Amino acid sequence: MTTQNRGTVKVENGRYRVTGNFHYAYPNDPIRDESGKLLGITNPADMTHIHAYGGEAPFFENLSNAKLLGTKCANPKCETYGSIYIPYRIHCPDCLMRNEEVDLTELARKGASVHTFMITERTGAFNTLEKPIRFVNVEFEGVSTILMGYLSIGEPEIGMKVVPIFQTKNPTFTIMDLSWVPAGTSVEDLPEGFAF
Amino acid sequence: MIKFSKQQLKIPQMSKPVYLVTGGMSKFDRAIPEKRTEELVIDAFLEAAEFIKKSPEELKEYIHSCYYGHFADHFGDQLLGEAVIHDRLGLDPLGNVGIKTGGATGGSTIWEAYKAVASGYSDTALAMGWERMDEVPTDEGNHYIASAADKDWETPMGHIYTGYYAVMAQKYWQVFGKEEESFRRTLAEIAVKNKGYARMNPHAQSPMKITVEDVLNSPIVADPLRALDCCLMSVGASCVILADEKTAYELTDNPLLLYTSAGSHTLRVADRRDMDIPLLPNESPDQYKDLGVRFPGGDRYPGFTGFLAARMAAYYAYGMAGIVDPTEDLDLVELHDAFTISDIQSYEDIGIRPYGEGRTYVESGDCYHTNPFTGQPGKLPANLSGGLIGCMHAVGATGIMQVIEVAQHIWGRWSEMHADEAKWKRFNRVKPDDWTDLQVKGAKRGLAISHAGVGSHVTATVLVHPDHQLKGRG
Ligand SMILES: [Zn+2]
Repeated sequence: MTTQNRGTVKVENGRYRVTGNFHYAYPNDPIRDESGKLLGITNPADMTHIHAYGGEAPFFENLSNAKLLGTKCANPKCETYGSIYIPYRIHCPDCLMRNEEVDLTELARKGASVHTFMITERTGAFNTLEKPIRFVNVEFEGVSTILMGYLSIGEPEIGMKVVPIFQTKNPTFTIMDLSWVPAGTSVEDLPEGFAF
Repeated sequence: MIKFSKQQLKIPQMSKPVYLVTGGMSKFDRAIPEKRTEELVIDAFLEAAEFIKKSPEELKEYIHSCYYGHFADHFGDQLLGEAVIHDRLGLDPLGNVGIKTGGATGGSTIWEAYKAVASGYSDTALAMGWERMDEVPTDEGNHYIASAADKDWETPMGHIYTGYYAVMAQKYWQVFGKEEESFRRTLAEIAVKNKGYARMNPHAQSPMKITVEDVLNSPIVADPLRALDCCLMSVGASCVILADEKTAYELTDNPLLLYTSAGSHTLRVADRRDMDIPLLPNESPDQYKDLGVRFPGGDRYPGFTGFLAARMAAYYAYGMAGIVDPTEDLDLVELHDAFTISDIQSYEDIGIRPYGEGRTYVESGDCYHTNPFTGQPGKLPANLSGGLIGCMHAVGATGIMQVIEVAQHIWGRWSEMHADEAKWKRFNRVKPDDWTDLQVKGAKRGLAISHAGVGSHVTATVLVHPDHQLKGRG
């Protein structure tokens, strides 16, 4: 059994065009108890899904350009007009008008601090972070929400100043391209592939 | 929303009263390789029928529509698992629907069945919930549970749901717990209590006679949470039968009035915006003005320390049942103790204690069956089933199990259902020599809270003995 030629996807004329393998079949195995009695079977599954980022795509695209994008309600009639959101919200949660994109990179570099955090050795299947993992929930001056991320260097503390770093080399185009380090960290200390 | 309209704050008014007729549960365990899910579901159904001295066929004759709670299709690798169960229960061609709201699935299933009866659609409805979390190893199970967080913004980070909650625990620990050793011990007491009560419950998966020191010495999961602070992963099923007044009294001479409400909040904690604290009937507008002074960092609401969904569910349910002060008006509660610290957060969200003072519910001894300081009955015993820490968290079944446990106290039949030697034997479990009767004497009213993860969904179910209804005092 091989997992070569893993599936990839393109969009042409508004349609998904897939090439390669999107699943790999493995045989079932019986599950028996000590006496040899049959209790069940294994059901192997190895399958690739296709997922649309839609209106959030600019956020994930721009992490690889070392940019942190958020959005803002631009509807003056809205009760919460001007509220800034990160996670990037495509539509305002109150008036449902399409939000305007705002570049939060400079704000994050100057004014981000740890609202809360956690450290754990436990992870689930498919984890790619080094253990122990350190989550930080980052608050920004003037932003309505508090973004979850992971700290790549140092030990987190509530109130600690942090700055964003971005996986600009071999980006994954996922949230994992964004990480955080203590303010004042020098560029040589950044993890492989990451930049300020 | 961070402000609510008059329409949104309406206390639900049902077309007719709804009664809890009976309920039943299977055994709960980490793995049950010898049984299919349908066998566990039938175990639960048979117990519910027997409880009111009906044959399964007699009870089925009354059922008109069915509500099935099952959190994760992924775990069983069977889409429309509800349809399989519905057929195996022999309930085709009645209408049925699957319900999933994460950890609150059990409570939400009751919420749906409740509305079906209250509206007159059905005179009798079945609410059945189950989960089997033993068909993937723990690592893969953690990945699936983490898939109930935001797949783009959270899941890729560690694939570990506990971590998404643990950041809330850390904030509460520092702001309201002030990182005090005494608070850490109070958390541990909750685990000692719930594991201990589980010893009296033949259904329970994790009965343990432990001390505060055992909890404090258990492996760290995510500081300040340790292994014994955390809920279980389980397999099992539970069900209740709800009916209108006429049918309920045909089926049993002792049905209980039931009220269920629901609240929600953002799936990502990240998205929570600062807002005013919505008040419960036992709170005053000025009460929280200095919260941020008394607890520096505690002025953002709900921030990472409160569960707005629980507060809203309590607001609606208290209004429906006429509850003004839960500690005074209720005789026992079953809370969603996913973690010891989230249990404390819930005390505040549902008004058992004011925000910031949840720990005193434990420290006063009020939460015990018997107050350890006075030797008198606890003022408002919590989680006598053992809860999610001691009994089980078979997600879709959990909220239903809690309601059954509360009901058995109000029915005065808790001992009968927990002392039965035959049941202990059937579950292949040893009844402890120091087995203790935890029946809450004279219980008339109780509450069960069903809660999803970081607080995306919460339901509140109030049970009231019909002779002891509240008028409300507001
Ligand atoms: Zn708006």
